[in-house]
Amino acid sequence: MPVYVSNRQIVVPGELLAEGNYNVNGGFYTYQRKYFSKILGLVEVEGNNIRVIPLKGKYIPSVGDVVIGKVVDVGMTNWTVDINSPYVGILQVTEVFSKPTSISRSSLSEILNVGDLIVTKVIAFDYSRDPLLTIKEAKLGKVTKGTLIEITPTRVPRVIGKKGSMIKMLKELLQIDIIVGKNGRILIITDDPEKETLAILTIKKIEREAHVSGLTDRVRNFVLSRLKGG
Amino acid sequence: MIPSKLIDEKGLRVDGRKPEDMRSYKIEVGILKNADGSAYIELGNTKVIVAVYGPREAHPKHIALPDRGVVRCRYSMASFSVAERKSPSPSRREIELSKVIREALEPAIFLEEFPRTVIDVYAEVLEADGGTRTASITAASVALADAGIPLRDLVAAIAVGKVENTLVVDLNGIEDQYGEGDMPVAMMPKLGYITLLQADGSFTPEEFERGLAMARQAIYRLYEGQKKALRRKYLEIAKEVSEGG
Repeated sequence: MPVYVSNRQIVVPGELLAEGNYNVNGGFYTYQRKYFSKILGLVEVEGNNIRVIPLKGKYIPSVGDVVIGKVVDVGMTNWTVDINSPYVGILQVTEVFSKPTSISRSSLSEILNVGDLIVTKVIAFDYSRDPLLTIKEAKLGKVTKGTLIEITPTRVPRVIGKKGSMIKMLKELLQIDIIVGKNGRILIITDDPEKETLAILTIKKIEREAHVSGLTDRVRNFVLSRLKGG
Repeated sequence: MIPSKLIDEKGLRVDGRKPEDMRSYKIEVGILKNADGSAYIELGNTKVIVAVYGPREAHPKHIALPDRGVVRCRYSMASFSVAERKSPSPSRREIELSKVIREALEPAIFLEEFPRTVIDVYAEVLEADGGTRTASITAASVALADAGIPLRDLVAAIAVGKVENTLVVDLNGIEDQYGEGDMPVAMMPKLGYITLLQADGSFTPEEFERGLAMARQAIYRLYEGQKKALRRKYLEIAKEVSEGG
């Protein structure tokens, strides 16, 4: 019952991963009791655990995800929100106000208009209908300041780091606020344009080099050297 | 110029290849910034760019399916891709090839993971010298993988044909035009499935078997190139990082 891949190897779709009793996660499928990769990804092998992490891909909504969306349409009782995904998000009026309210369409666009950015959370999604969003919880709602950048959604876990280590380090080193949406949109909030530029450069660096080991140390050195250099 | 003989006394073809040789090829990945996935292939003089977009929202909405995604494919030849200017409007042949390429790719894609969405595949032939449909399929599967779309396997394709009663692999433009038969084959090499098999001209059952075996050999070679091309981009970054410190 061999494993055919090594740790941190890049695999292509159709590549044989292992045969036999293994705990395989991520982008894989089984065929004739063998495990194959179904995506272009990076494998992590740890004992009996094999994980295939995608290198690229679209964001597929999942309940509980915090995402950054852009209002693209105002309807009678809802907003249509682009969440950088093949599926558009729907924000109902009931998910904006906690009390029952009756409002007309014109006042709906006064609350959120086309082009507005919102930090929102997915509360329901089952593929057959578009994902439902909410902004009723704390820290959710309309974005009033900051700079938005986009990265490949599959790299978001690396920007966040293990238990939020990477994003915490960035926030501490740069003394700025960063909101990361699971859909690959990242909001950088600071008044200092130099720090903003550095934050963008750093996140782009993480996106580009996410598959190379030693990422956290490399990013720390990068930020520190840039900070010193002014 | 039409050569008087497609195979000379030494048994070599018009471009000096042996019957079982395929042309040299080159595959590049991620050449287009705006596409979700892209690939470029050169197979001898044949040059094709493939761009993949999606999965994305289906427009017009009525083409979406509730249980799986839809693949749309457009094969088109640039007006400068052939010696005599080709009209840029989609010809009957291009419309048919679009369908053929789509059907060669569909079995490899996990479409059921993306209901109500569309995956768009655009294959643009920059220069045509035989084997454009097989080159398009080979590049398209690489572009799909580059877009992060889940696939059962990559799809590689090559044509075998009959020229002066000899079976030859990977027909070029002249052999395609004046030869006696042409049989494009597309396969998922790892799984051993054939996703496209066409033939025009006449083949005896024995020739068909032998032709398929020859095609399979060439497909395995292309498959290695596909895998290498997909990994190259990421390995280059890794190398750059380790050198740059």
